[in-house]
Amino acid sequence: MKKYSDLEFLRLTRGQKILYRLASFFAAIPRTIGGWFVALGRFIGNLFSSLGRGIADLFVTFRDGDWKTKISYLIMGFGSIARGQVMRGLLFLLFEAVFIFYMVTSGGYWLSMLPSLGKVGPHEEYDVVLDAYTTAYGDNSFKILLYGVLTIFFIIAFIYTWRANIQQNKISEQILRSGKKLRSGKDDLRSLVDDQFHKTLLALPLTGILVFTVMPIIFMVLVAFTNYDGSHDGFNNALFGWQGLANFRTMLTWSGSGVNYSATFGEILTWTLIWAFFATFTNYFLGMFVAMMINKKGIHLKKLWRTILVLTIAIPQFISLLYVSKMFAKNGIVNGLLMDLGWIAQPLPFWENPTWARVTVIVINIWIGIPYLMLIATGILMNIPADLYESSRIDGANAWQQYTKITLPYMLFITGPYLLTSFTSNMNNFNVIYLLTGGAPTNAAASGAAGSVGYTDLLITWLFKITMGADSQYYLASVIGILVFLVVAAITLVVYNVLPSIKNEEDFQ
Amino acid sequence: MNEHNEKRHMGLKASTRISNTVIYILLILMSVIWLIPFICIVLQSFRVESTWQVGYVIPRQWGWDNYIALWNSDFKRWYLNTFIIALFTAALQTVIVLCMSYTLSRFRFKMRAGLMRLMLILGLFPNMLAMIVLYRVLKDLGLTQANAVPGLILVYVASSGMGYYVSKGFFDTIPKSLDEAARIDGATRAQVLTKIILPLAKPIVIYTILTAFMAPWGDFVLARYISFGTSSGMNVAVGMYSWLQLDQIGQRYTMFCAGGVVVAIPVTILFMCLQRYYVEGVTGGAVKG
Repeated sequence: MKKYSDLEFLRLTRGQKILYRLASFFAAIPRTIGGWFVALGRFIGNLFSSLGRGIADLFVTFRDGDWKTKISYLIMGFGSIARGQVMRGLLFLLFEAVFIFYMVTSGGYWLSMLPSLGKVGPHEEYDVVLDAYTTAYGDNSFKILLYGVLTIFFIIAFIYTWRANIQQNKISEQILRSGKKLRSGKDDLRSLVDDQFHKTLLALPLTGILVFTVMPIIFMVLVAFTNYDGSHDGFNNALFGWQGLANFRTMLTWSGSGVNYSATFGEILTWTLIWAFFATFTNYFLGMFVAMMINKKGIHLKKLWRTILVLTIAIPQFISLLYVSKMFAKNGIVNGLLMDLGWIAQPLPFWENPTWARVTVIVINIWIGIPYLMLIATGILMNIPADLYESSRIDGANAWQQYTKITLPYMLFITGPYLLTSFTSNMNNFNVIYLLTGGAPTNAAASGAAGSVGYTDLLITWLFKITMGADSQYYLASVIGILVFLVVAAITLVVYNVLPSIKNEEDFQ
Repeated sequence: MNEHNEKRHMGLKASTRISNTVIYILLILMSVIWLIPFICIVLQSFRVESTWQVGYVIPRQWGWDNYIALWNSDFKRWYLNTFIIALFTAALQTVIVLCMSYTLSRFRFKMRAGLMRLMLILGLFPNMLAMIVLYRVLKDLGLTQANAVPGLILVYVASSGMGYYVSKGFFDTIPKSLDEAARIDGATRAQVLTKIILPLAKPIVIYTILTAFMAPWGDFVLARYISFGTSSGMNVAVGMYSWLQLDQIGQRYTMFCAGGVVVAIPVTILFMCLQRYYVEGVTGGAVKG
């Protein structure tokens, strides 16, 4: 593709400009995708080379170090204590003691069970005292998976700390050799509120994220490769075990007979994408339009209009959504009113007919979304320099031209990242769908699939329904979760890489 | 010439008047559409003659019956639960979010870029997935069903560091020269935060408290999971959701409306008082991306 310089680009006609932009957008896609693989390859390469360097460094440090350093390879913190940094040394030593204690008492067990996820399931056992067979419980697959992963984390943390302990020795030796003094424990404490303050600040939030976000995600990704469900809960009724890629095969390949998950998945994914598209762009343009109406010169009571709209943000969504959903029910107010007016003879099938339901959901979502967009757009519109409009008016531009040439490009530029995140969060917009329709009307064609699929179900509500259903096929839910992640990540990466506000940050400033 | 200009001026004025009238009509229409559901909820909460859904809005018989029934139901418990959750979440989450966003805005340390990228990727996973594990873990800790309140607080607060974007955007706008000046005068990093930055960051602190306080009132999925089937551990959203299911809607529909009013009033008042901060937060975050 021919690349134009800025001057050449400005000389093009409008149609040519649009074509050029589109072409460069699509031309950028293969390049970006190629770019990821290059980046990924470089990342892995770097990882290995730095790993190799790290190991080589360990040997060199051992060879060149004094006896204090050498002992520190076995007894962590020894060097620090011997050189007078007692507090640091003791912390290292404590960590090593805790690690060894944990690995001996339970970590070893979890780790050894991880490949099988448990050997002895619940079984009948003869109880001498009761003189009857009772259920005896064996291993717990769930705990094995959970604590097995945690143990691996712990081992990685230990190796990292062990290496830090050796580095510490190396640095201390260098400092002492150059004749300077080492930092005291008091200095260390002071640095925690000063130049190491970020570590203090991040300790709590990162622990929380690690335990309550990273761990569960890793666990659930692993569940996709097991047969964990309601009847294999890992302890009470049966163990679960590794299944390899079987669950992904169930979800993605076309099977001629029985339940056809791939067709159901495709159908729901298509609707999810359609929904996200309309939910994002109808809100975006209508919200912007409303903001412009309220902002227009000569319109009074601006504050009142905004307050009325913002009311919908303030009131908890579950109230408004549940209520609105009942308003549109067969015997709800909307149908009642229309029938009283004599406009319709039969209640309209807002939630009963697939197409009606899908359109109604999108329309109600406009009602939910406009206030947010109105707030965002108002702030940005006020920031557009007024002289841009002034001079364009002198040049004879009409309102529509002002909108397409000034307002829209400016808005799109500033809110590009917002549009992207709102698209992806709409794909996962559980509340609006679940509280409005619960996925209804039921999709009879997909009746064999788990989780009673409906026509307005998004992937995320389907996932939820599967886990809450009678069989709770957690493994299927987690396959869906992974696939959602892949779709969202792909969209994000492609758009992110071609978004103008990220590529040329200075354009409008 | 002059006359011509005058005419053109008049023409412009007339067209402005027409367009403004159209806009007013649209705005009034919109206001009606936006307010109708809320007006309906309020009106139906005072309906006495029947408790199920009906096709008309204005009650034939007015009274406080639904509110009295509300007072005598589990709703009191749900309301208290939600309030406790909201209070604790607001306090703890604010601390966590501010720590996170301030650090990412001000410090340049080795893992910073990697950390932000990691959180971006984590954010792309549907968080519903994590709930299955969290439920089992909390169950082992004894923090589900009847004890769902501390469990919910723990989960909300622990993962809240991910939502640092908006307040980081705000901290980015506070000039760094302020920090540097204080550092030269001998302040530690911690003193810079408490003495210089926090007083300037009032809007974002209030915004964070506000959003953290409001979120638990609307949380449905996680709360449903964790309080699963036990009325005494539910929050208002989960409890009131059950009132609209087929088996209960006949007796509870007007109670739901009354409950909706009782929940919405304090949250709405709070929101309206702090709306200015909310707008600043939202727009700041959106622009920064």
